[in-house]
Amino acid sequence: MGKYFLILAFLGIELAVVLNVLVPNQDNAKDLDLLKAKYSKEEKQPADHSKFAALNKHFDRPEDVTLACISCHNERDKQIMATNHWTWEKTEYMKGKGIVNFGKINAINNFCVSIKGNEGSCVKCHAGFGLGKPEFSLNDSAKVDCLICHDNSETYMKGQDMNGFPDPTVDLTKVAQNVGKPERSNCGVCHFYGGGGNNVKHGDLEEALFEPNKELDVHMAVDQVNMQCVDCHKTIDHKIKGNLYSVSSMDLNRLTCDECHSATPHKEDILNEHTLKVACQTCHIPTYAKANATKLEWDWSTAGRLRNGEPYEIDDKDGNHTYLSIKGSFKWGKNLQPDYAWFNGTANHYLMGEVVKDTTQPVQINTLYGSYSDVNSKITPIKIHKGNQPYDPINRILITPKLYADKKGEGALWMDFDWQKSAEVGMKETGLPYSGKVGFIKTEAYCPLNHMVAPKEKSVSCTECHTNSNSRLANLKDFYMPARDRSPFIEDFGLAFIALAFGGSLVHGGARIISKSKTNKKG
Amino acid sequence: MKKKVYIYKGFERFWHWSQAILVIFLAFTGFEVHGSYKFFGYENATVYHQIAAYSYIVLVIFTIFWHFTTGEWRQYIPTWKNFKAQINYYLFGIFKNAPHPTKKTVLTKLNPLQKLTYLGLKLLVIPVMATTGLLYMFYRYPQSHRIESINIDSLHTIALIHTIGAFLIIAFLIAHLYLITTGSTVTSNLKAMLTGYEDIESDEKEDNKVEEIKEEIN
Ligand code: HEM
Repeated sequence: MGKYFLILAFLGIELAVVLNVLVPNQDNAKDLDLLKAKYSKEEKQPADHSKFAALNKHFDRPEDVTLACISCHNERDKQIMATNHWTWEKTEYMKGKGIVNFGKINAINNFCVSIKGNEGSCVKCHAGFGLGKPEFSLNDSAKVDCLICHDNSETYMKGQDMNGFPDPTVDLTKVAQNVGKPERSNCGVCHFYGGGGNNVKHGDLEEALFEPNKELDVHMAVDQVNMQCVDCHKTIDHKIKGNLYSVSSMDLNRLTCDECHSATPHKEDILNEHTLKVACQTCHIPTYAKANATKLEWDWSTAGRLRNGEPYEIDDKDGNHTYLSIKGSFKWGKNLQPDYAWFNGTANHYLMGEVVKDTTQPVQINTLYGSYSDVNSKITPIKIHKGNQPYDPINRILITPKLYADKKGEGALWMDFDWQKSAEVGMKETGLPYSGKVGFIKTEAYCPLNHMVAPKEKSVSCTECHTNSNSRLANLKDFYMPARDRSPFIEDFGLAFIALAFGGSLVHGGARIISKSKTNKKG
Repeated sequence: MKKKVYIYKGFERFWHWSQAILVIFLAFTGFEVHGSYKFFGYENATVYHQIAAYSYIVLVIFTIFWHFTTGEWRQYIPTWKNFKAQINYYLFGIFKNAPHPTKKTVLTKLNPLQKLTYLGLKLLVIPVMATTGLLYMFYRYPQSHRIESINIDSLHTIALIHTIGAFLIIAFLIAHLYLITTGSTVTSNLKAMLTGYEDIESDEKEDNKVEEIKEEIN
């Protein structure tokens, strides 16, 4: 009796164990359906702006539109003027550097290097009119550009090299009467073209996202939930959630997938366990630059070459510039596998005028902090952009070249093609010392990838990381990962031990058979 | 005189064969997790390994209970008696048709080498595999400071010990499979573990002792 009871009790517990592990958690699937439903709802425009008297007139200046907006939406101008869409800098703490005012306005990158002195061209993407002009003031509400974000007529655009003023062809009345919540097209006109062309900078933000399909991006796909940028980048008092780590240093205001999906969104526990150490993006963004190429390397040192006294360009077969007299040579990549780094949401930056300590390594334009042992770090996919950029080898600082001017003779590289003058004028305008010598130095910039989330069937599979040949995570060596890592000693010892047991059995057994047949013969 | 004796009881056989299946399955799925080959698919291998691991731990708990309630644990008390003789038997005697130095009886199922090996498995290898295995499953929680008293910085040591154990168990399994054939006949051990009965040399003294114990229990 006793033994049957024991065996039955054992089998009962077994069944419980197996069922508990195997039966998936159905709640998660429901959560996803609820999210889809929530974000699929069309939002109705609460008011028809074409009926407002304040907007039923001809506008000569874009500033007058802004004044008309804030005549109803008072205080909104103040909100915008407190955001970094307006200030282009924020006050942040950087390890070893303390509290710094840092942002687009004074950052150095390895694309077009620096805004200083080049405002005429660069501030096309400032949410204001006239930044860089003497009459511009950061305290002037009328200079806020409401329309670049709120135009729903798809006809508003900034003029080329006009310090952020709209193109003269824009019908301001029509735009003013058709305002609403920002759509992908509003954000995209600036953010998809960072670095001076489509997808140049980010690799995961580009014009294919105006009308993406599901393969390209599950969230924004027009035939799916068709999410807009601001659905995730939620905004309170015009302060938008989300950090870009070429200009952010602290783990504040960061946007994470958890906010909608929770930290344990999978049916399978084994996948949920990964989220402690692995960012969602790592598995769900298996490749980036899926539709168009992104820039991977930018070599400024070849810029300035002329043919018959004229600047020229060379394109690859997809139409990407591989050489431009004004900018140098480029390498592009498409359908790329990301690099991976531990990242905890804090970063450091090369600051203007900072002396380069180690000239044998690429200068780190930004540094993403994180490690396995840091509980706040997760493995995160990144794009690495490599530069070879102007550098003063005597003072050991990166040069901020004068690139843009509206005419020749002001020292602008894009007009005069003279590095010496460009460096001299550029450094003077940024107020940095210049030795008179232009060299070039290798640099690296790191950009976490967050967009172009793939359909779940396309997610990175287990053995793309858990393998000892070409693991995606081969470069992250500060931790043990099953199937990627093993001790060669234990492996050899273990196999030798097994071989010994096997060989021993064969030899012993063989000897027994032989000795037996001998004794049989004798007998 | 040989006599048919009921040597392996019902639960003992159940436990032995469940353990055999589970350990072979654990080894097979474990080495897929280790990256040695592909069979179930990586995710399945980890999940199956975990299910089998929990099952095995449940089995081990039941078996510990059985060993103590039946007193069978005494079978594993190591002894030097016949130790050398047993080694000599495997090295030489077995080839000359010499008799087994340890007579198998209901109260002494194991020879001194078996006693030591099985004791090592029960006290060292299996507990170490279960502990490192459970740490492997749950190290994340101490890692994120969710358990104050343990702080494991890395899976490295845990995984390497678990892997060493896995290699040892496979080597044991191979040797074990071979040594099964060294009973009084090639298949007598296997048959005994399947049916419970084995023909063994009867020993009057021992028989009386068994009867005594049986009466005591009843
Ligand atoms: C007794 C209880 C056991 C438990 C609780 C256990 C648990 C685990 C766990 C949790 C893993 C990591 C894989 C995963 O996350 O799913 C693992 C890996 C592994 N297990 Fe076990 N296991 C046990 C017994 C065994 C046995 C008996 C063997 C082999 C004979 C074995 C062989 C392996 C191997 C080879 C690995 C891969 C190790 C590596 O490459 O890092 N395990 N085990």
